[in-house]
Amino acid sequence: MNPKSFEYHAPKSVAEASSLAEEYGMDAKFLAGGQSLIPLMKLRLLSPSHLIDLGRIPGLSYIRDEGNHLAIGAMERIAGIARSDLVRRQCPILSQCAHQIADPLVRNMGTIGGNLSHADPTNDMPAVMVAAGASIVAASGQGSRVIPAGDFFVDTFTTALKGTEVLVEVKIPIGPTRRGAYLKLERQAGDFGIVGVAAVLEMSSDGRCLAARIALTGVGPTVVKATRAEEILKGVELDKNTIDRASRAAAEEAQPSGDLRGSAEYKRAMVEVMTSRTIQAAARRRAER
Amino acid sequence: MTKVRVSMEVNQQMRDAQIEPRMLLVSFLREELGLTGTHVGCETTNCGACTVLLDGRGVKSCTVLALQAEGKKVTTIEGIGTAENLNPIQLAFWEKHGLQCGFCTPGMILASYELLEVEPDPDEKVIREALSGNLCRCTGYVNIIKSVKYAAKLRKKGMRGLRKGAA
Ligand SMILES: Cc1cc2nc3c(=O)[nH]c(=O)nc-3n(C[C@H](O)[C@H](O)[C@H](O)COP(=O)(O)OP(=O)(O)OC[C@H]3O[C@@H](n4cnc5c(N)ncnc54)[C@H](O)[C@@H]3O)c2cc1C
Ligand code: FES
Ligand code: FES
Repeated sequence: MNPKSFEYHAPKSVAEASSLAEEYGMDAKFLAGGQSLIPLMKLRLLSPSHLIDLGRIPGLSYIRDEGNHLAIGAMERIAGIARSDLVRRQCPILSQCAHQIADPLVRNMGTIGGNLSHADPTNDMPAVMVAAGASIVAASGQGSRVIPAGDFFVDTFTTALKGTEVLVEVKIPIGPTRRGAYLKLERQAGDFGIVGVAAVLEMSSDGRCLAARIALTGVGPTVVKATRAEEILKGVELDKNTIDRASRAAAEEAQPSGDLRGSAEYKRAMVEVMTSRTIQAAARRRAER
Repeated sequence: MTKVRVSMEVNQQMRDAQIEPRMLLVSFLREELGLTGTHVGCETTNCGACTVLLDGRGVKSCTVLALQAEGKKVTTIEGIGTAENLNPIQLAFWEKHGLQCGFCTPGMILASYELLEVEPDPDEKVIREALSGNLCRCTGYVNIIKSVKYAAKLRKKGMRGLRKGAA
């Protein structure tokens, strides 16, 4: 199984990558780790005639603590994020998510930039970015712009990136009042999830939930924001009744469709269960700090 | 399609060739270099039979372009030991019956190699997680776990990788 023939480009800068993308337009694709793209090309579901490898652009792979947020370079491997002590301490939801993506071998190649740009509704990182209120930095030859994660995921396999834009960095807010968790229901280890739930809570010192953001994986054409669930959690104590109501609201907001991983009805029921567990897991983070 | 040059260090030897850009790393290793110890199972990124180390990290070489390894270090099963001079992990798989047909074994051993470099004394949970990208249709995994534990012991006794710096 080989991909169709293509011409290979190895730009040395983001500006060069972007101008190649401009030159070849719809015939070109960026290559990051290749863990989504190469399988699609081998199956001939995609056959770009130009591949623009981002792998040889220096300086796109890093994890930095910038005070009120973590800055992560697009080419940082998912495994690098999973291994990072900094991420585990400052942004446990992201660490937890990275550990649940694929298997260690796929994670050694797959990048955060690719996981987000690919925008598969079953990719795990998008929901985490939406729940965490992350910002995505896109750059081209013309400069760069910042896109809120909430506006980035447009549809299945479709993001707000223009064809000439490279995702270069992700900024994820961190801080002592935030508690986040990402839980995923899997059919088998290393598989895409049936349902995933990301929750980030803003907690007051007396244990009330000041604000919450909940995002769902795998139950819609793209990440689903459970805004009604968020409303229910806002400004209240997180007792069982509140969590139950929020979880039911999230299940109603999900837009699942039936497939090999389960029926729409089953997935909706699982959103309720997983949302409840995720909110509780996020709230429990208190004790760990 | 025009061929391009690729060069990388494979098992501590510089190798280069003119290849089609679409050539996968596994095909480069098996067909260009004749290193057939790296197996091809599923071809769909699931089984891990094609696992090799790229700059010391396990990857599924059926899902990596040879060009993505340009300038990097690749280690295959041929690079970690020989029939006369087995790597402790190979020895452990042999002694603890960590294989039956042997098809998955090169991948299992290289994934274990990466694990033991990072975590010299892994418990069962850590081993299972580290090998979760490698499938075996024969052994039921129990003896594979025993083999990795035994390999950790052998390595601790000073039997480190026989070829120093192989990965
Ligand atoms: C067996 C298997 C299991 C998997 N399981 C999971 C799972 O459980 N959860 C999960 O989330 N994912 C899973 N994946 C997908 C994996 O996480 C991919 O690695 C990831 O989705 C894509 O990252 P990549 O760097 O490999 O991107 P690539 O495959 O190289 O690229 C993916 C797409 O994004 C574009 N792109 C990449 N980087 C950029 C950039 N910086 N700027 C603009 N466009 C860019 C490419 O053009 C391409 O269209 C699995 C994959 C496999 C093979
Ligand atoms: S042959 Fe590469 S993962 Fe199965
Ligand atoms: S020993 Fe036969 S597949 Fe593992």
